[in-house]
This record gives sequence, structure tokens and C-alpha cells, in this order.
Amino acid sequence: SGPSRRGPIYFFPSKMAASSRAQVLDLYRAMLRESKHFSAYNYRTYAVRRIRDAFRENKNVKDPVEIQALVNKAKRDLGIIRRQVLIGQMYSTDKLIIENQEKPRT
Amino acid sequence: MLLRTAWRRAAAAVPVAPGPNSTAPTRGLRLRGTLRALLAATVPAGADLPPWRGDAPEYYTASLFLVDHATQSDVPSATATPPQAESELRPLYMDVQATTPLDPRVLDAMIPYLVNYYGNPHSRTHAYGWESEAAMEHARQQVASLIGADPREIIFTSGATESNNIAIKELESAIQPDTSLVSVMTVNNEIGVKQPIAEIGRICSSRKVYFHTDAAQAVGKIPLDVNDMKIDLMSISGHKIYGPKGVGAIYIRRRPRVRVEALQSGGGQERGMRSGTVPTPLVVGLGAACEVAQQEMEYDHKRISKLAERLTQKIMKSLPDVVMNGDPEHHYPGCINLSFAYVEGESLLMALKDVALSSGSACTSASLEPSYVLRAIGTDEDLAHSSIRFGIGRFTTEEEVDYTVEKCIHHVKRLREMSPLWEMVQDGIDLKSIKWTQH
Repeated sequence: SGPSRRGPIYFFPSKMAASSRAQVLDLYRAMLRESKHFSAYNYRTYAVRRIRDAFRENKNVKDPVEIQALVNKAKRDLGIIRRQVLIGQMYSTDKLIIENQEKPRT
Repeated sequence: MLLRTAWRRAAAAVPVAPGPNSTAPTRGLRLRGTLRALLAATVPAGADLPPWRGDAPEYYTASLFLVDHATQSDVPSATATPPQAESELRPLYMDVQATTPLDPRVLDAMIPYLVNYYGNPHSRTHAYGWESEAAMEHARQQVASLIGADPREIIFTSGATESNNIAIKELESAIQPDTSLVSVMTVNNEIGVKQPIAEIGRICSSRKVYFHTDAAQAVGKIPLDVNDMKIDLMSISGHKIYGPKGVGAIYIRRRPRVRVEALQSGGGQERGMRSGTVPTPLVVGLGAACEVAQQEMEYDHKRISKLAERLTQKIMKSLPDVVMNGDPEHHYPGCINLSFAYVEGESLLMALKDVALSSGSACTSASLEPSYVLRAIGTDEDLAHSSIRFGIGRFTTEEEVDYTVEKCIHHVKRLREMSPLWEMVQDGIDLKSIKWTQH
């Protein structure tokens, strides 16, 4: 994790092993990156918001077993996001009335 | 033939698509590239394609791509065309009480049962049946878990309406003259008021009266426990909780046993209480929706409450003579019903064309009568005609709320400017004192 990383770093407890901390960071970034590709405004905004809030909510988890369970669930969710992004793109329709005004892919 | 060979070349060049459990981060990108590669390989840009002929064999594979009926484009696309031909910006969706969008997690759970795992869950003799049955029972467990019930107490139906009919029919078929049933909505779909279910349950239990509740708008949004609240029968609707349309469930208490009569007879499925093949993809969706709702209930409730507060505060601050219908103390925040005095509800709805809203419930929107709910809570007839229902759900954003508020304020002001009643009120005339003459 070098200086090119953006986003809050306080989410990730320093007590975690360096490798699992990197894994969580990678997962976080991958989930956000993928979620921004939802073509439906409501799904896109929900996914980005929920991912940020979920990682923030769990930032103080110390138990490595619990951390692993959360990581496994996040990996499954990442799979869901990937598939549903693709399906949404195949069946995409017109944008919502407010999508012109807001900045793209917040 | 040119197209067919091109197709084969493209198919050979494409790497195997990853399965649903793949976790490698780069594969997802390659999958999207696959689609693009397929499109690029099969039809070169600017190709001179003749009009589609369904009977000609050499066009068979190409026809998979020629789905663009709306425009006469030479470049085929694999994307499905939306029903409307012209490209328009779509309105915001603020009508979650009418129906909710599918949560992506729900669709993801359903798709395997619409593609490969298509067995009848009542087929006992092969793997297709067994896997479908397993999915159905897992969904049953997910629904039961959300309301604190046993899975054996959940019967799948086509929706809350069918569940309500089953529950009420029990009353008609009862033999004893003193048997009765209390049926109450948990959360009202028009004004969002929460009924004191636990108290009603306690009274019914002590008087040995069956208690049914239509929990369509409440399940997954507020905590419900059939044992704590002494509920005997409960109706559940899939499409109100970000699940699919066409499916629901009825909860029927086993201890003490509640007897119901089946509405439809047939092969005896669902313990004889509701014959008909259980639609596995739909019930898997309902189960997934219930599980997601259980996980997200607290988070959603907090967010929706904040957004509801924002909406009502902003509107009330900028507009006088706005009434919120329904008891503010016992109220589900996601359903806000406001009456704007001196403004006709339908004209306000039409003015707010960029926002999908409703006045009164969807089930009675064809009639012109004011809402029976508003009449029942004693709303003045003219105020009842001015009511709009704002629905805030899991996917509603702050931007959508702000846009809706801004447009609402603007149009209410504009409509009031045009209203002679409003002018009279501004001049200090008491409308109730006017003697309207007959012509």
C-alpha cells in the first residue's frame, strides 16, 4: 500500500496481520471499483454506500476468526456484484432524470 | 456462412468464463471483454447486413445478435432493447409501497433456478427434483427465520392477497358460532401507521380469538416475532421486500393448531393447504429477500428514518398548510402521506412528472373516490383529495429526496398561485363560512 492509495485508511485496524490487512484493503477497493459499474443509478449508489458503511462498521473487529468470516462473505458479495453488474449492463435502459446533474459515478 | 465461421473463431478465442464462485479479481474484467470480443469478432464494423430473415440458416447465429427492433441500425447489439423506442430520462422511483425493485442479491439467488436447476421440487425420483426441493426448503427456513416461526408453519402462496383469502376463508368455514378472527394490517400501506400488534395479540390470545395480520408492508422492515406478538396467521408479500412479484407466503401457527381450508385444490402440495407446483425460482427469491432483509433491517431503518425526516422537515419548513396523515408516534418512516391544502392531489402528481409517486393506494387508484383510509382517520374531504404518498426505501438516495422536495415545493407554490381558494384564504376569508350557491 503506497502513496497512490486513496480513501480512508483508518478503516483497517493496525493490529491485523500485514497480509490480511492487505487482503481486506484489496477486497474493499475491488468491491468499490466493481460497484461503480452498475448501470442502474439506485443499485450503483446503494452498493458504493453500503460497502463503505460496512467496512467502517467492522473496522474494530479484532477476532481473526470473525475477520475471516467477514472476508469470506465479502468475497461472495464481490461475486454477486460482478455478475449483477454484467446483467444490468446487458439489460440497461435510459438514465434517471437526476443523473445528468450529479457528478458521474460518485 | 461468413458469420458462422466468424462466430466459431471468436468462440475459440475466448477464454472459459469463470463460474459464480470465482474470486480472482482480473477474471471479471476479462468476462466483460469477452462480450465485447464476441461482438467485434462476429460482425465487423460497418458490415453490410441484409434485413433479418429468420428462415435462412446462415443467419441463425447472427440472429442472436439482431435484437435491435427499435432502430434500423446495421450494427447489431447483444443488449435487449427497452420497451419504449425514444430515449428519455426516466423518473425517480418514490413509490415503494406499490412495489419494490429486486435487490441484486435476490436476482443472483434466483437465476440458477431459471437457467440450469429447473426441476420440479415435488419430483421425488431424480436429482433435478431433489435440488429444487432443497432450494425450496432452504427458502422456507429463510422466511421462517425472519418472523421467528418454524419452517413447517410457512406455506408458499402467490402473494399476500392469496394469503389473506386463505386466512379469511378459515372464518367462513368455522363450524362453531362463537369462533371469530381479528384481522389487522401491521403497517398501513397508505399512511404508514403501525398497529399495536403485540397488544392486539395479547387480547386475542386471552379471548381465544384467532389473530391474523397482513404484514406485507412490515415484514423485513420492523422486527416481527409471531410468538412474542401472539400472531396466529400472517400474510407475507415478496414484491414489497425487494423480492420477486407473484410469490408470497402465509404463516399458520402449529401450536396451538390453527386450521385453515385450502383455496385451491389439486395435488396436495404444501401440506394440502395450497395445491400447485411451488415455483422454485420465485420462492428462492422470496427466501433470499427475507434473509437480506433480516441482515439489513437495522441499517435500512436508520437510513430511511433520516431521509424521511429530511423530506418532511424541508417540505414543512418551505410550505404552509401541509398536514402529515397518520399518527406520528406509531409510524413507519418509509411511508409519508402528506396533504397539501388548496392543491388537488392528481394535478400535483401530474406536475411532478419526473418523480414516480402515488396518492392513495395502487390497488384503488382506478377509482376517483378519496382514500378510505384518510376518510377513516377523519381527514376533511378536501384534504383527502390533496394527499400524496412519498415512499422511501432501501435504494432511495439523498439526491432523490432533495430533488423530489424541490420539485414538490415549486409545484405546490405554482398550483396555489392559480387557485382561487388559496387567494381567498390569503385575503383572510374563512372557507368554511362561505355559502356556496346552487346554480
